Amino acid sequence: MKRLAMPLLALTLLLLPLLLPNSYYYDLAIRMAINAVIVLGLNLLIGFAGQISLGHAGFFGIGAYASAVLPTHFGWHPLAALVAGALATALLAALVAKPIFRLHGHYLAMATLGLGIIIAIVIRNEGMYTGGPDGMPVPPLEILGYEITGERNWYWVFAANLLLSVWLCRNLMDSPFGRALRALHGSEVAAQVVGVDLARYKMAIFVFSAFFASIMGSLTAHYIGFVTPNVADFFHSIELVTMVVVGGMASVFGSLIGAVLLTALPQALVSFDGWETVAFGAILMLFMIFLPRGLVPTLAARFGRGE
Amino acid sequence: MALLEVAGLNKAFGGVLAVQDVSFAVESGLVYSVIGPNGAGKTTLFNLITGIYEPTSGDIRFDGRSIVGQPPHRLASLGIARTFQNLQICMNMSARENVMVGAHLALDRNLVKGMLRWPALRRRDAALREEAAALMRYVGLDGYVAAAAGAMPYGALKRLEIARALAANPRLLFLDEPAAGLNPKETAEIDELIRRIADQGITVVLVEHDMKMVMNISDRILVLDYGKKLAEGSAPEVRANPDVIAAYLGAQHA
Repeated sequence: MKRLAMPLLALTLLLLPLLLPNSYYYDLAIRMAINAVIVLGLNLLIGFAGQISLGHAGFFGIGAYASAVLPTHFGWHPLAALVAGALATALLAALVAKPIFRLHGHYLAMATLGLGIIIAIVIRNEGMYTGGPDGMPVPPLEILGYEITGERNWYWVFAANLLLSVWLCRNLMDSPFGRALRALHGSEVAAQVVGVDLARYKMAIFVFSAFFASIMGSLTAHYIGFVTPNVADFFHSIELVTMVVVGGMASVFGSLIGAVLLTALPQALVSFDGWETVAFGAILMLFMIFLPRGLVPTLAARFGRGE
Repeated sequence: MALLEVAGLNKAFGGVLAVQDVSFAVESGLVYSVIGPNGAGKTTLFNLITGIYEPTSGDIRFDGRSIVGQPPHRLASLGIARTFQNLQICMNMSARENVMVGAHLALDRNLVKGMLRWPALRRRDAALREEAAALMRYVGLDGYVAAAAGAMPYGALKRLEIARALAANPRLLFLDEPAAGLNPKETAEIDELIRRIADQGITVVLVEHDMKMVMNISDRILVLDYGKKLAEGSAPEVRANPDVIAAYLGAQHA
């Protein structure tokens, strides 16, 4: 099963376009893939390493706005802007990680929440560059003189991105670095006495997962062609964390399922008109009551597995 | 020179002196046991030496170098490993992975290489999987090599902790009540395992309740009572010490 997972995912992504009748469904598939990659990165932090970030949309926002602001106002090439945004995000994450990861549990959640909110406020207030609450258009992404446009082209960009991300994350969690991370989740004391420097590992995965989110922010901004401060706000952060929890902590495929389900669900609920938020909330509560460990881990446990 | 020297060690928790002016030295290659009634400060002493707690005062020297105030991950790199009385197993991992984590410091922990399935790293990991399985068999976990840690019984988890500690290739191994909660047959097996470990040249410091086991396998014994050193010596010396008989054995043998 574990060996088959990657080819199966590749096949699904390859054949999916045959089932997508129009650009609305292409768009939905793309949004699923975008969320899946961010959630994958966030799950490394939450599910595997046992830490929390309630400010991840902030990192996504930095990437998105780097790709909007730098090419528009400063004439940067979009790829350079993407890289600069990701590096700036990583730097910011590293700077705040040091004080933040002295905290545990609720305090850590509060600190990351505050960070996300600050980023959203800065984006909203720097209207001169960011267009303030109205947002701003994002120039198209151009690679080697070829401009990526249209849902059909973007689909392949995000599908490839997703496949690569799954591969990287699975490798990482099965490497010495990943085992150390999972060990510090299981028992901080045990990890320490075998030589794991807790602060360093927590910081590394926080930075890495923020870096991930920033790149996805940039690509998403180019895809949609417009960016508003909402991408960086608290509700987006919560949405991402919810996807991690519903899909399953510490599960790579749980991340995918969580992202796909919760991206599709609001679309499926439009017929409830006016009540879709209530229906959404009720479904989440049912999930937490009956599948508290998340969809994929619960099912995996039911069908039994050792190593 | 002794491998481990503890001099004038004190630890106060608020007004309670958990460890008071304890001094002792552990020679290389021995099985050294720390005994004492419940609450005598044995585990606190372990936590002080292995860097979980910081002493209020006193010195701890490993191989001639002071290690006071060093965090546990630094001590691990010097060759100090330990197990825990209240199990510290990573239940989110397989049994074998728990052992593999023990070798953490001997591996290439690079994030990027790990992500890219770096060939040298994968080869080392594949070899480590076999080494971990061999270690599990060495401690008597033959039947659990493919098990999830969460599915193992208590006695097996105690052995798993020992296997993880051994995976670090330690020079000094602290075992905190390895036989606690085990039946007599399992205790005898752990007893024999500790002997084998010591015969490999690993210095073992043991905290144990089971007197019979301690007397059998220890080269030297330190007796603690109310955080203070009551006696130290070989098993026959300790057994003959009137203070020890009064404070510890007295209840059973007087």
